[in-house]
Amino acid sequence: MKTLRQFVWGILILVFAASLMAGLLAPAPYGQQFRDSTNAGPSRRFPLGTDELGRDRLSRLLYGSRVSLLLAPAAALLSTFIAALIGGLAGYLGGWWERLIMRFIDLSLSLPWLFLLLTVRALLPLNVSPVASVSITFALLGLLGWAGPARVVRSGVRSLTSSGFVLQAKACGCRGSRLLVMQVLPNLKPILQAQFWISVPVFILAEANLGLLGLGVSEPLPSWGNLLRGLENYGAVRSNPWTLAPVLLLVIVMGSLHLVFPGEDYYS
Amino acid sequence: MRLEYGDGIRDAITRCRVAWPLDGCCGGKIRCLTQAAAEVGRQEFREDLLFLSIGWLKPTAGCLRRMGSRLANRHGVIRDKASGMWIHRAARHTATILITVLLGGLLGATLLRFAPGFGVDEQELDTRLSGATIQALRDSHAAERNVLVFYARYLSGLLRGDLGVSRSLQRPISELLSQRIPVTLRLVAFGLLAGWLLGLALALPGAISGKPAHDILPGFLSGALLSLPSALVAVLFVLIGGPGPLAIALVIAPKVYRYSRNLLAQTSAMPHVLAARAKGLSRLRILLWHVLPIAAPQIIALAGVSVSIAFGASIPIEVICDFPGIGQLAWQAALARDMPLLVNLTVLVTVVTLVANSASDLAVSPSSGRQ
Amino acid sequence: MTRRCSVLALAAYLLSWRAFAQQGGELHFCLHSEPKTFNPQLVTEEGGETIRYLTGGVLIRVNRSTQELQPELAVSWKILAGGRKIEFVLRQGVSFSDGTPFSAEDVAYTMRALMDTDLHSSTGDSFRSSAGPLDVKTSGPYHLTITFPAPVPGMERLFDQVAILSAHSQRKESLFLGPFCMAEYKAGSYVLLRRNPHYWKRDDAGRQLPYLDSIRLDIQKNRDLEMLRFRRGQLHLINNLDPELFDQLAAEAPSSVHDAGASLDSELLWFNQVPSSPLPAYKKAWFRSQGFRRAISGAINREDLCRVVYRGHASPAAGPVSPANQFWFRAGLKQHAFDPQGALGRLEQEGFRLDGGVLRDRDGHPVEFSVITNAGNKPRERMAVMIQQDLGKLGVRLNVVTLDFPSLIDRISRSYDYEACLLGFVNDDMDPNAQMNVWLSSASNHQWNPEQKSPETEWEAQIDRLMRAQASVSDPRKRKASFDKVQDIIWDEAPFLYLVYKNSLSAVSAMVQNARPTGLRPQTYWNAERLSLVSEVARSR
Repeated sequence: MKTLRQFVWGILILVFAASLMAGLLAPAPYGQQFRDSTNAGPSRRFPLGTDELGRDRLSRLLYGSRVSLLLAPAAALLSTFIAALIGGLAGYLGGWWERLIMRFIDLSLSLPWLFLLLTVRALLPLNVSPVASVSITFALLGLLGWAGPARVVRSGVRSLTSSGFVLQAKACGCRGSRLLVMQVLPNLKPILQAQFWISVPVFILAEANLGLLGLGVSEPLPSWGNLLRGLENYGAVRSNPWTLAPVLLLVIVMGSLHLVFPGEDYYS
Repeated sequence: MRLEYGDGIRDAITRCRVAWPLDGCCGGKIRCLTQAAAEVGRQEFREDLLFLSIGWLKPTAGCLRRMGSRLANRHGVIRDKASGMWIHRAARHTATILITVLLGGLLGATLLRFAPGFGVDEQELDTRLSGATIQALRDSHAAERNVLVFYARYLSGLLRGDLGVSRSLQRPISELLSQRIPVTLRLVAFGLLAGWLLGLALALPGAISGKPAHDILPGFLSGALLSLPSALVAVLFVLIGGPGPLAIALVIAPKVYRYSRNLLAQTSAMPHVLAARAKGLSRLRILLWHVLPIAAPQIIALAGVSVSIAFGASIPIEVICDFPGIGQLAWQAALARDMPLLVNLTVLVTVVTLVANSASDLAVSPSSGRQ
Repeated sequence: MTRRCSVLALAAYLLSWRAFAQQGGELHFCLHSEPKTFNPQLVTEEGGETIRYLTGGVLIRVNRSTQELQPELAVSWKILAGGRKIEFVLRQGVSFSDGTPFSAEDVAYTMRALMDTDLHSSTGDSFRSSAGPLDVKTSGPYHLTITFPAPVPGMERLFDQVAILSAHSQRKESLFLGPFCMAEYKAGSYVLLRRNPHYWKRDDAGRQLPYLDSIRLDIQKNRDLEMLRFRRGQLHLINNLDPELFDQLAAEAPSSVHDAGASLDSELLWFNQVPSSPLPAYKKAWFRSQGFRRAISGAINREDLCRVVYRGHASPAAGPVSPANQFWFRAGLKQHAFDPQGALGRLEQEGFRLDGGVLRDRDGHPVEFSVITNAGNKPRERMAVMIQQDLGKLGVRLNVVTLDFPSLIDRISRSYDYEACLLGFVNDDMDPNAQMNVWLSSASNHQWNPEQKSPETEWEAQIDRLMRAQASVSDPRKRKASFDKVQDIIWDEAPFLYLVYKNSLSAVSAMVQNARPTGLRPQTYWNAERLSLVSEVARSR
């Protein structure tokens, strides 16, 4: 097991380093269209071939990894933080407050937030720089993705607060915020970790779906999300199997992360 | 004199034990403890005191009922014993579900009303239309402009059983729903069944044998599958040409696997299981007779949650694989800004979410916490 | 002797096989959208129009292959009173799908219902060149005269879209005069059409048409799934094939794909010239300047767009009328030449300066604007990205924003909060009079500056005059002369930057006989009554 863990860590570090050094490693700028060699296969010049507009796939994968690997975790962090706050409050306060917050969470899960996103798009200026568009995209994802994890956090907190050792601690005089910080939060970490790692790939793909509403990462900046959306052209994928490279990379990275940081999955 | 919290509990129990012997009157014991708690003056102390003294009080159901519903709310064990509380709780759940659903419908309608693109019609770009026709198109949205009036009208129609007519599909909504709900249900049911079978099949070998090596391959597979969002799984499925319901199974199976593996591992570490192993019972027998019965409530709770996960996953899968179900309808309604249809769908989704979550809440709480 | 006998027997068998092959079978293809209504007077989208084409009987049919008018339910017609009146002589011995006879009453009823202002039918609106009542007189069961309140230019072609309803029956939408009848409809799933046993048309040998027994239309929005099913042999036709899918299929089965040349559709880009839009004043000044628009047009490489986005299945566009429209096409008009240097020159004349890779205007503002297009339409998204690179070479920074369709329409027709828009025109009518609402400055579809109280520029006033002129005469040559002048003005002033004319791409399975795909819609099944399927048994021999 130990050599497996070392191997997996190696892969992760390799991928992160490659994406950070995208500027050095990429054979061509990610936006440059080589219009004479569209949908080309792998060659010396284009190691992974080119896409339908003649842009080098390897460069787009490297730069896209940079965007997604830096920003999806940031969005996941934001949503996990909000989930911890709201779910934790619900589980800790209990009673009437808990019921109210839980209904609020359930409403958040059922409402069509699509329209809120469309309104946000309408309020934003049409000319935003790619950096700004990326940040706005992932901030929105973080702000909207907290509802599911909040439920899990709340049931975790609930089972914790009614567990034996917390009651013991209370009986010994530990109370209020001290109880929260010293007893409840450390035991919440595995749950939060698990939710964090689950949220990351969901946000990577959700970013691509935001592109359908005008809120995704704007062209020509690549991201795993819009690289993955290119898979919807099934015929092209069959004839050029290297278009699956982003999926492979996603699976490898997320599988490795799960192996390296296993979390407790509380699903009740 | 205000007692220190911890000292206060110990002192109060000691005092009341002295005053009221073991088989004494329940009411007397409660009065004694409540009086002691009142001296400290903090609500949680009172409740914790009563809870900690349960072992000593050995109350009957009637005694518990007299302790009050607030106590029952915080501590599931008592609730378990006070069966009369169930109905009360279920009634309260239903009432909150109803209010939340009504609120959800209104909020959904409001979100749509104020989003850009409300009141526009793709037909406006048809160059043949005369000015009068375009004006008629714009005026047809007049009934929806005031959200509150629209919602009131919708609710009164709902009470009569009339769900309204969809603007974008020009058909009665009840007809649309009755045609599409079975498709979604079939998809979800098949996916859930296959997912559970697959997940349990992956978890049980490891639980039976107990060797960590049996967990590596399923662990990596589940980690890999968990990392693929359902939309991507659907796309990959269409690529290989597999059936759509299997995509839902692939979304559910890794979650089931991880949860049941953890749960079975936890339950296997309990004292009575260790005792059974020490006595030499076979692992399979231990699994079936000692581990599973204890883990069963939590697995059932997971079943409730997996239902809502499956419904959530069915939406992108329906849109991508072109199944004519509720998910595809919801997507079309949103893109077409079809307010009557969208309000109905929001209400439906809210009801399903709330019922699934409430059911899992009611199922889980008795066994949560106290191990 | 035996050899000759066997050859004769074989020949007889083959001939009978051919006759056998031409009867029966179920044609199977897809609709890409759910039909919203089956009332032929109210259909506006692809699904409903397909069903109307296959089940509805019309007086005059535009032959999609020759673009000539063809008598259907009307054996002859005459246009009188300078385009206000039309007199029909109807075909005798025709009956509806339930056997009830067809007569002038049915046509009168249909026309009155169509022109009812409360119906708000788009087909009816194309006849409505001005408000006023319609007058229909029937003189005998097979003669009628329709008088419109004002001349309707190109009236005959409009009757191609008017499906005749039964005047007397209670079940109006279930009686058909076309080759097929609606048999089954499962919402979200499929529509089944069966042959009309009372269809009047016969082929040259005297056999009753259609040859097919039924047509099954599956409702399938996903083009890739449609393609997969075509490959597996489950579908016989695909209309409006994507260029990429076309190439893949061409590599596998070259005889099944057809590129019928240019269609009537074009893709175009325009700038927001509405004076009351919420744009900053300097941007409004750019978009209203002819030199700026012509320069941007000259910087776009249309050949690349056709080659890369449409895989060569498109041609660079010069004006609103594509070469597929044989009569109205202006042959002398060529696309704006791809000339980045010339474009830069034009911009410099307007006061723009290229400064360190960034184009700046007179006041030093960097030239940066956004183009909106509808999300989900991959060719348009790709064209926008290619134009982004082309304009980048000029120092212009273009931001591509994809929006969902209702938000897009909200911006271009309500709030006017956009800078440039990339969309396409889907034309079914060849007559430019159908586009009156695009060219008149007071109309709502005059996209760059709709609903003007009075024309804001001289050239728009001129276009108004010319369009009204072509609408008031009935001589086609005079109308063409006026419209040619309109096309010249559009070419010169470039309020619309026309990008490409898309080709009409379709796929027809080898099992279908007699299919002759054309550039006009419907591409593959315009002669549905004469299509037939090769039977399985015969094919395997």
